[in-house]
Amino acid sequence: MVKRIEAVNDFVVKFANVNGSGSASANTLFAKAIMRMGVPVSPRNIFPSNIQGLPTWYEVRVSERGWLGRRGGADLMVAMNPQTWEKDVVEIEPGGYLFYDSTKPLPADKFRSDVTVLGMPLTAICNATYSDARQRQLFKNIIYVGALTALLDVDVAEVERLIGEQYKGKEKLLEPNLKALHMGRDYALEHLPCPLGITVRRTDKVGDRIFIEGNNAVALGALYGGATVCAWYPITPSSSVAEAFSKHCSKLRVDPATGKLNVAIVQAEDELASIGMVIGAAWNGARAFTCTSGPGVSLMTEFIGLAYFAEIPAVIVNVQRAGPSTGMPTRTQQADILSCAYASHGDTKHVLLFPEDAKEAFQLTADALDLADRLQTPVFVMTDLDIGMNERLCDPLEWDDSRTYDRGKVLSREDLEAGQRFGRYLDVDDDGITYRTYPGTHPKRGSFFTRGTSRDRYARYTEEGSAYVDNMQRLVRKFATAKLYVPEPVLTDSPRTAHYGVIYYGSTACAMDEALAELEAEGIPIDALRVRAFPFQDSVIEFVNAHDHVFVVEQNRDGQLRTLLVNEGAIDPARASSVVHYDGTPITARFIRRAIEERLSAFNVRPMRRTAAAGE
Amino acid sequence: MTYLAKPKLHHPDLPANALGFTRRDYEGTISTLCAGCGHDSISAAIIQACWELAIQPHRVAKLSGIGCSSKTPTYFLDKSHGFNSVHGRMPSVLTGANLANRDLIYLGVSGDGDSASIGLGQFAHSMRRGVNMTYIVENNGVYGLTKGQFSATADRGSKSKRGAVNTDEGIDLAILALQLGATFVARSFSGDKEQLVPLIKGALTHPGAAFIDVVSPCVAFNNHEGSTRSYDYVRNHNEAVNRLDVITVHREITAEYPPGSVQEVRQHDGSLLRLRKLSEDYDSSSRISAMSYVQSRYAHGEIVTGLLYVEPGAGDLHESLGTVDRPLNELGEKELCPGSAALAKFNASLR
Repeated sequence: MVKRIEAVNDFVVKFANVNGSGSASANTLFAKAIMRMGVPVSPRNIFPSNIQGLPTWYEVRVSERGWLGRRGGADLMVAMNPQTWEKDVVEIEPGGYLFYDSTKPLPADKFRSDVTVLGMPLTAICNATYSDARQRQLFKNIIYVGALTALLDVDVAEVERLIGEQYKGKEKLLEPNLKALHMGRDYALEHLPCPLGITVRRTDKVGDRIFIEGNNAVALGALYGGATVCAWYPITPSSSVAEAFSKHCSKLRVDPATGKLNVAIVQAEDELASIGMVIGAAWNGARAFTCTSGPGVSLMTEFIGLAYFAEIPAVIVNVQRAGPSTGMPTRTQQADILSCAYASHGDTKHVLLFPEDAKEAFQLTADALDLADRLQTPVFVMTDLDIGMNERLCDPLEWDDSRTYDRGKVLSREDLEAGQRFGRYLDVDDDGITYRTYPGTHPKRGSFFTRGTSRDRYARYTEEGSAYVDNMQRLVRKFATAKLYVPEPVLTDSPRTAHYGVIYYGSTACAMDEALAELEAEGIPIDALRVRAFPFQDSVIEFVNAHDHVFVVEQNRDGQLRTLLVNEGAIDPARASSVVHYDGTPITARFIRRAIEERLSAFNVRPMRRTAAAGE
Repeated sequence: MTYLAKPKLHHPDLPANALGFTRRDYEGTISTLCAGCGHDSISAAIIQACWELAIQPHRVAKLSGIGCSSKTPTYFLDKSHGFNSVHGRMPSVLTGANLANRDLIYLGVSGDGDSASIGLGQFAHSMRRGVNMTYIVENNGVYGLTKGQFSATADRGSKSKRGAVNTDEGIDLAILALQLGATFVARSFSGDKEQLVPLIKGALTHPGAAFIDVVSPCVAFNNHEGSTRSYDYVRNHNEAVNRLDVITVHREITAEYPPGSVQEVRQHDGSLLRLRKLSEDYDSSSRISAMSYVQSRYAHGEIVTGLLYVEPGAGDLHESLGTVDRPLNELGEKELCPGSAALAKFNASLR
């Protein structure tokens, strides 16, 4: 008999549901109740490209140590979907637990002998209590949450409070929900072995952190950053950025005197029009952004080339998903690094920002609006589905009220009146960034013609090769200037001398934090650098050159950031190898640690000391 | 070449408008189009219309896509900002520009390839959104810059210069604009300045989506026998249904017309569109009868020109979106950033 799993505040519960069944809000309730007990949780949605009837999962990792990355495996499976039963049962860790609807008896061979089986006749209970079909379905979810509070020792008062907040002002719904919750809890207390070996214990490890989806944070970042035009086209997993932006603007962007909006949001006919509107608006002096995912960027590339060459600011939020355009749109990846870095025809290079979580996504989206204006070029905010569509614990969002928007080099009517020399593509400050004017500024001075075709420093059409080269060289200088403005990488130095380094970015961060701690505990010191932007600062290249070997960990097949490093930095390609994870699920600490251990053993590196291996 | 500026010297007696500008102040650089190109006549009509309306040149933003027609914004209004964007995508750039600053006048210039082929989608959606703009298609039924291929507005059965017969149905952009909700729809002919200038003035003063399809013969590739966009063909098949006078508030003129022969439309800005009917049974206040009339005449080989439809109470995209009256590009931190207190409240709601 396998020993049953015993753990306090360190386990994974996985809910297997059918989408469209109303399980999502009940599952969130469960996760939030644990968070309210001061225990860090990180839930993840694993959902199909479908509205109703297909399998969907919700994974809740409970980790007092605060590991927010996906762990892999499940200690408790709440198996509510007969379609996926076999697969779900297999996924339970040995010694784990299986909670299921026991209304219909299942043959013994459907179960595993090494897991504790917890049957509860949910359908029967619902059928006996409710007559309405929809109620039977919805309350079933609340009933199993009630049962879980008993099984895992979750403070039921926290769930009650959350239900109270959810139905504030809708008291009619409050009572039946509370009733269902207790029905489930009472049944479990009476019939099931409560509590299980895995339990939640109140602690204080959450602090003032918030629980937020990255897309929501991006939307708020755009709002705080002063975006006044948003043009977008629906595409999973980015649509909720624009939807959240609309929602926030309907409250926070209302002109108090007239009730009108200080923002224009247009759902365009496609991604080509979205980026066209963004470029038109930014050309005309508004801060504008669009949100999309990989296939949308593909459609935008002609315009992105125009914006690069004509030097028009644009902020593009790319909530990356698994490619190609169809197939895995609801799974996560970091596979658009190269397609964004070099998007479009001709010689182009674009600024990319890589936030690690919702907090940083908020900050970098606001920063992107400044950067785009400062650098007069498209700026990509590269999040992904894992960041964008999952609620994640992160530090509270912050805003410095003394901050002003950097509108970059724009000549005002007064500047032009004062006779300041104006050449749209004239590099007066020697940083590659030239001055621009907004249309309609001055009756006689400052007008110019914006075009994708080649032009001289005064924006006059020319096909002279030398003028073209002059301009392209200035754009190279401008890209070098961008290094001064983009966020610095974050270095995590091993306390001991490390010969090996790891480079990572974006949503890999939460798994990497945990992997590094595990490697450290195993006596394998690794220095780590979290890259936050392209172009790479010199410190990124120096980091590679300062180590015997660097692993570039990313969530795509081809090691795209490594390619970019090799391509753009003076590094020996042999010094950097890829550790890649790209099956559409978020990368895990287990995966990273094992991959690095394997590589190191191939290099013949032995741990300096071995302690009880962490996380095993 | 386009970078050759026109000399600014002019005859001292050139008349000035209310702002003291002469027509020369509305010009651009020297055209590089073929001699006799219809597009140059349209540029001249735009210059004339802006001069007559006494528009401040720098308050116009002129945008275009790609093609011969899209090159023309260089040849007029050189005090205006111009944007030669991407093939078929002028409408989205113009829409964005308009969202950023609703106070400027937006003039979109496009061609039949740019708007009816590659850009049909953007054309359609800018019309249905009601973007406040003047959208002119310089329609010659042919690709000029790539030398003579049919465009999507070429009539079925018409012949190319090389003798090929077009087997695809032609797209009538004016009919599309009518169907898609444009609130000012006109058609004209580049060779009829008298008709075209007032239509451009009407479109520029119209507070919503204004579309003018201007048949503009291509002398190089589409001015031969068998073409339905040649000067001769259009002259022989042009059925003008009305003549427009645009009367701005400041310069009211009075004239006597027989009863029933004049239709007047007062626009938001106070300007008056006075339509003298040339065809008695044409009613430019009905979208449906306009479509039906234009299509039935087309079936008889006639090209209906004039102000096909105007909606007096037209609104625009800003009205639909409920945006503030001030241009969005003028707003700063004070209006846009809710500050840390609001953020703290938001944070609190997420715990």
